[in-house]
Amino acid sequence: MRLALATLRRLLRLGLILLCVAGVSFGLMMASPVDPVDAYLGPLAAQVSPEQRELIAQRWGFDDPAPLQFGRWLQQLMSGNLGVSHVYNQPVGEVIGQRFTRSIALLGSAWLLSLLLGFTLGVMAGAKERSPLDKVISAYAYVTASTPTFWLALLGVLLFSVYLGWAPACCAGPVGVPSQDIHLATRLHHLVLPVSTLTLLGTASITLHTRARMVALMRSDIATHAFAQGATRADIAWRHGVRHASLPALTLALASLGELFGGSILIEQVFAYPGLGQATVEAGLRSDVPLLLGIALFTTLFVSIGNMLADSLYHMVDPRMRRPRKPGSIAS
Amino acid sequence: MLRIEQLSLALPYYPRFWRRRYATHLDQLSFSVAAGSVHAVVGASGAGKSLLAHTIMGLLPKGAQLGGSCFFKETPLDEPRKRALRGRELALIPQSLSALDPLARSQHQVNWAARRAGLAPASARQTVCQALAHYQLDERARRAYPHELSGGMARRVLTAMAHVTQASLVIADEPTVGLDPAQRGRVLDALAALTRQGKAVMLISHDLRHALNIADRVTVMHEGRCVETADASAFQGTGQTLKSAYARALWQALPDNAFTIDTEYARESHFA
Amino acid sequence: MKAAQPRLRALACSGLAVLLLLALLSGQWWLGDLPGRMQFDARLAPPGLDHWLGTDALGRELWARTLAGLALSFRVGLLAALLGSAIALGLALLTTLSPRLDALVRLLIDTLLSVPHLILLLLIAFALGGGLQAVVIAVATTHWPGLARVLRAELLQLRAAPYIGISRALGKSQGFILLHHFLPHALPHCLVGALLLFPHAILHEAALTFLGVGLSPSQPAIGILLADAMRYLSGGYWWLGVFPGLGLLLMVLGIERIASGLRRAL
Repeated sequence: MRLALATLRRLLRLGLILLCVAGVSFGLMMASPVDPVDAYLGPLAAQVSPEQRELIAQRWGFDDPAPLQFGRWLQQLMSGNLGVSHVYNQPVGEVIGQRFTRSIALLGSAWLLSLLLGFTLGVMAGAKERSPLDKVISAYAYVTASTPTFWLALLGVLLFSVYLGWAPACCAGPVGVPSQDIHLATRLHHLVLPVSTLTLLGTASITLHTRARMVALMRSDIATHAFAQGATRADIAWRHGVRHASLPALTLALASLGELFGGSILIEQVFAYPGLGQATVEAGLRSDVPLLLGIALFTTLFVSIGNMLADSLYHMVDPRMRRPRKPGSIAS
Repeated sequence: MLRIEQLSLALPYYPRFWRRRYATHLDQLSFSVAAGSVHAVVGASGAGKSLLAHTIMGLLPKGAQLGGSCFFKETPLDEPRKRALRGRELALIPQSLSALDPLARSQHQVNWAARRAGLAPASARQTVCQALAHYQLDERARRAYPHELSGGMARRVLTAMAHVTQASLVIADEPTVGLDPAQRGRVLDALAALTRQGKAVMLISHDLRHALNIADRVTVMHEGRCVETADASAFQGTGQTLKSAYARALWQALPDNAFTIDTEYARESHFA
Repeated sequence: MKAAQPRLRALACSGLAVLLLLALLSGQWWLGDLPGRMQFDARLAPPGLDHWLGTDALGRELWARTLAGLALSFRVGLLAALLGSAIALGLALLTTLSPRLDALVRLLIDTLLSVPHLILLLLIAFALGGGLQAVVIAVATTHWPGLARVLRAELLQLRAAPYIGISRALGKSQGFILLHHFLPHALPHCLVGALLLFPHAILHEAALTFLGVGLSPSQPAIGILLADAMRYLSGGYWWLGVFPGLGLLLMVLGIERIASGLRRAL
């Protein structure tokens, strides 16, 4: 009952935030110097006379006050109509759906790999503070945290595609082959480089966070007691460290979906990978307002769900939250 | 079992951030603990009792300066030997309940202690079962997480963890803090029971009265020094057989014993 | 004496870094028009003694362009971090005035934090039509919520402190408490927060420019240099891609280390 109520409150909050995001992004679009008629016409703008432009503006109510337009847009949104993207000549919902299914392979595998790699490195580094291993891993984490995403991707292309020729430099498959004919192995081959770049960058924060947890644990009474029992550092890291650091690492990974998505935008741009990130950049550069708004709402939903999961994870998993002590629950 | 000779300990501190000094925490400490007995180490907080326990277990931070020597079963107890013996021959019951991992069930933690003592999985399981039963921890307590346990139960879990190691020297650091009289009695009885198996127990406490319930010998510590080591029987009456004024003062300051401050002690300049 | 070394070393490193940054900032005069000067007989020259880091397709010196780009990034990052922390500080102080304002600011923070940074940056840059001003505003707007959240939590704790209650009981006005108690307490946190924002701001500016919605292509920004390099990548002109990025990495790393060193010192 309490859980249901909490979930309901979270969902309401999520709805409120989505509404705010819709408002903010719509406001930003209204403030844009790009003429809405041009945005609507896209490349056709040159072929249209002033009278026709007037008609278009009337038909879509571009001259109406902003709140009215916002209300109309919201109404359409509620009925599931996100508008039509003029860059792709498709309904926005379809574009996002198609692109996201391609991106999810990149995002999902990079997310999982960076979580696993970051966690392992963090535990290894934090198990023995100031050891040579710790210094190497920390240095790696600090450097990657300061590395521009797109530069690392660019170096990857330079080294592995241009010089070594191990991995393709572009796209989700060979150019000119219809996507349904591409073999799974080929797809994976095209994914290797983008995924590893995104993974390398995502590990930094998780490594540092896990390391900090481990260092704190190794200084705690728990570790001293374990040492007194004759445990080795590896034993403590395994039995206590993994328990204490895994939940924070998972929470952090869930809460940083937004950054992961930001990274994927840049990486898809460098590798010309036809995912949602590339569509975002196209929409921004070519003033595709409906698509831009759709993507903003969709990614907000995506990120907010990650945040919500991260919040509720502790309540579901940590025994101190899951089974709060009732006074006198176990008498001795 | 354990003999300590002229043990000194200094730890570094930083009066200004570029200067390192050493502060003496244990000063020329000597006493010995016999097998099959409870040896109490009593002193006010800050007397260095817990540091003594950590020194014997080899749990000091890096940079600590040690002097003097320890012998365990008549063999010198140096750092490598401490590392090899702790959890097997030497066991520590820590002072703080935060030593229990809040994220692991109590039976698992006892089991880990047994495995760390070098027991095979099967025999560890059996030993753990026996120990938990011995300390009257029922099924619910075994499956409970530390935050769900009462103070006394958590103490008993910690004692069970020391018990399963089958160590011959058990150091109990303030095992009765924060317990009601009934719980305190149970914990002390459990420690006394260990000596009947031929083990030695070093009981660290700030409370002379509770320690005397089970102690055979008592060492009184004050500011890192060993003031006096005496039989528990010396603590009776007005404490006339006690050699040092501080120990006598400590004894006479107890509520049951007139609650007085020894005038003779007050004249001496120990505190100055 | 051993423990003294890390602190002294950190001090020395910070000093060196500050000197380097000053050199970078003053670069504008001593570089002159070098970043833009074309050399028609030295197009796409590899790094060597004549051209330290090589030249680009128009024969412009890469080292000069990289330095100019770093100085530009630094300026944008500095402006954005200052603006962002000013917004964060202002709103965090507002939350102390009334619970209703607090709820409003919290909603705003949650809203901005739930949009991926880069998407929000794109939206804002799109709305403002690109250019230096747009980038600074966009980066500042996207980066304040994180800091504001920290400051708000800090002030929330402070509000429960006894001396605030005493001050209130003595009849001091809200404005007085704001100026004399909350502001001095929040300022150091705010400064460190601004420093920690700084590297993020620089990286996001470069990303935005790289995507083509940030600074104008005529400026020698790092993002522009790298976007340019993309086009010459398959030809094996590696220096175009490697050096500007490396410079950015070193600058960001330096600032980040100084910032976290300061945070630990506070």
